[in-house]
Amino acid sequence: MLQGWIQIAIFFAVLVAIVPLLGGYMARVFTGQSVLLERVLGPVERMIYKAIRVKPDRGQDWKAYARSVIFFSIASWVALYLILRLQGALPWNPEGFSAPPWDLSFNTASSFVTNTNWQFYGGETTMSYFTQMVGLAVQNFVSAAVGIAVLIAVVRGIASRSGSSLGNFWQDLTRATLYVLLPIAFVAALVLVSQGVIQSFSSYTDITGVAGSVQNFAFGPVASQEAIKELGTNGGGFFNVNSAMPFENPSGLTNFLEMLLVLSIPAALTFTYGRMVGNRRQGWALFAAMSVMFIAAVAVVYNAESSPTPAMNAAGVSALSTEGTTGGNLLDKEQRFGIANSALFNAVTTVTSCGAVNSAMESFSGIGSAVPMASMGTSEVIFGGVGSGLYGMLLFVILAVFIGGLMVGRTPEYLGKKIEAREIKLATLGALYMPFAVLIATSLGVATEHGKKSIYSGGPQGFSETAYAYLSQGNNNGSAFAGYTGFVQPEPGNAGSFGITFADLLGGGTMIFVRFIPILIVLAIAGSLVGKKVAPTGLGTLRTDSPTFVVLLMGIVLLIGALTFFPALLLGPVVQGITQELF
Amino acid sequence: MRKDIVTSILAVLVFTVLCGLIYPLAVTGVSQVAFNNSANGSQIERNGKVVGSRLIAQSFEGRSEYFQPRPSQTDYNPAGTFFNNAGPNNKDTRDLIAGNVDAYLALEGKYNPRLSAANVPVDAVTGSASGVDPHISQKNAAIQARRIAAVRSLPIGIVSKLIDENTDGRFLGLLGEPGVNVLELNLALDKESSR
Repeated sequence: MLQGWIQIAIFFAVLVAIVPLLGGYMARVFTGQSVLLERVLGPVERMIYKAIRVKPDRGQDWKAYARSVIFFSIASWVALYLILRLQGALPWNPEGFSAPPWDLSFNTASSFVTNTNWQFYGGETTMSYFTQMVGLAVQNFVSAAVGIAVLIAVVRGIASRSGSSLGNFWQDLTRATLYVLLPIAFVAALVLVSQGVIQSFSSYTDITGVAGSVQNFAFGPVASQEAIKELGTNGGGFFNVNSAMPFENPSGLTNFLEMLLVLSIPAALTFTYGRMVGNRRQGWALFAAMSVMFIAAVAVVYNAESSPTPAMNAAGVSALSTEGTTGGNLLDKEQRFGIANSALFNAVTTVTSCGAVNSAMESFSGIGSAVPMASMGTSEVIFGGVGSGLYGMLLFVILAVFIGGLMVGRTPEYLGKKIEAREIKLATLGALYMPFAVLIATSLGVATEHGKKSIYSGGPQGFSETAYAYLSQGNNNGSAFAGYTGFVQPEPGNAGSFGITFADLLGGGTMIFVRFIPILIVLAIAGSLVGKKVAPTGLGTLRTDSPTFVVLLMGIVLLIGALTFFPALLLGPVVQGITQELF
Repeated sequence: MRKDIVTSILAVLVFTVLCGLIYPLAVTGVSQVAFNNSANGSQIERNGKVVGSRLIAQSFEGRSEYFQPRPSQTDYNPAGTFFNNAGPNNKDTRDLIAGNVDAYLALEGKYNPRLSAANVPVDAVTGSASGVDPHISQKNAAIQARRIAAVRSLPIGIVSKLIDENTDGRFLGLLGEPGVNVLELNLALDKESSR
């Protein structure tokens, strides 16, 4: 266990070191200060503005900003849907895959445009190299850039002292892609290739092994997709088994780097935030609140997975961790990651809305799978998705300021701006909208005949599959209890392996609503805050950069998450976690 | 409104070219030149013929002269991967693991008389997530070594030495979990036996 804890400590230490570097850099990128890369990419940036016909300095109020976000996302959705449906006629399709059916395409387009990357398909058995690269991976970039752009607009609304402008969406989108996502992804992709991640356009090839068995190898532009899949907290694997596949994640080193890519932008944005509102302690306070909850999640999962599961006990396997073996619940986990790095990856990709996996969620122990479900149940604000995690957290900050203000008997204000009825109403709506959508979808999933068809496993596990599916899609996470609709996965081409129409449509609809309604809500709040006067800090001001406030904020996040999802967690994973009973 | 629509469509096109063509093709170009072997799947050749990838487990079923990889739910298929999706409290999972234990004991028990379900290394009786996990634990390899030494009439010391030589350690001694690469070990064994 000690070795595992050392690895987890190293990971967190490196993350903390990255936060001010990357966070400071992003603050420069989005406040229009010059960055070194501009010397190389400046001409490209100006060419883009010319090509898409925008004047980048023209400010947009919140409605104009929101309109640009929505229209851009609709255009992205249509483009991706068309690429999917025309797959058979498009190039770079060595296996000659035909187009995915309309319902799967609806789900997949919605999934990638909303930065969810929920997958009802197996990558290497369904999607051509063209679809993965020109369709899916492009959305990995731009859906992440949209998240960052919206966050930056919200921060401007909080920080600004006059006018009504939140910045220009097209400029933010372009600068996020060009100066943040592309350069980091490019370097990361090359490092991944050097360690064994493949990047090749070869056709699938049969190779006869040492003992005479023939294996069919799938190839593809994997590294370029892997890098942005982690960096943009997207999570859609090139292969069906995602980052468990050695061709996506071949070693302890790549696993470490991939986890770091996932957390670096969401964590660093807290620093960017502090810089942009002119008070770094505000950023660190949010980072602290997120970190405490993250580390708690890691600890619980690691501890749970270090013991054998009830099924292993029943089979007589004691799974001790002795010299030369990992012990613990290694079922559906890889030897090169062991228990510690599988547990850490699990926590990293579910506190963020990444949803990549390096081990099968469905085979985690009861408690080990209750934690990711709980993390998603907090609306993905413990670091969360790129941009979306922090703007989601700011909704909770507003609620915490309001409740804290009531406690000390003062008009609530945040960073000198009065928080009034309109902001509170919007923040409440934003915090309660997700649980509402998720619980409705889950009920439909377990209570209707159409919904039940997707369930693979019996007992509480079957309920967990459904709850996990809609928690994941309803928080734009994308990881899965992969048994859900996956019961005929070995046979590609079988409609069942593509999810079934009901699940495709319910999930797709959920992903769209939980992505864009909160975006409208936070932009509306920003629009309402932007012109407000800043009152000087006085003696009675509730400080939002103090440890007390950090605790209050965590309390609010956990309270809302726990109250809404506790019953559901009890029915599924927790039941399994507290009994040795088999179902 | 109309301007927004036009800009949106143009932006999707521009970013598709930038992120969907220029970026992945640039990565491909550099990696095919700089990291040719790893970019193409870390393939291993023997006598000029490709026999597999060092990163992907392959089947040695029924061949007791070889080390055996972890059980696979996909029959070691790297082009149609899926998980076991075996719930922690499912009877099916118990049966799956019990079946693996029986198979492991049937193969190794003869050479390891004190081996029982209670002390089998967990990696030997559980399927991996990818179905093509190239590694086994060091303890698993040490147990199989007795069978290999007997079947191939090799001194156990030589087999143990080959295991050590084909163990991928932690990166910098810190990151990841050590594992024995089964394919590389088996190739090294064949080389040793043919001397």
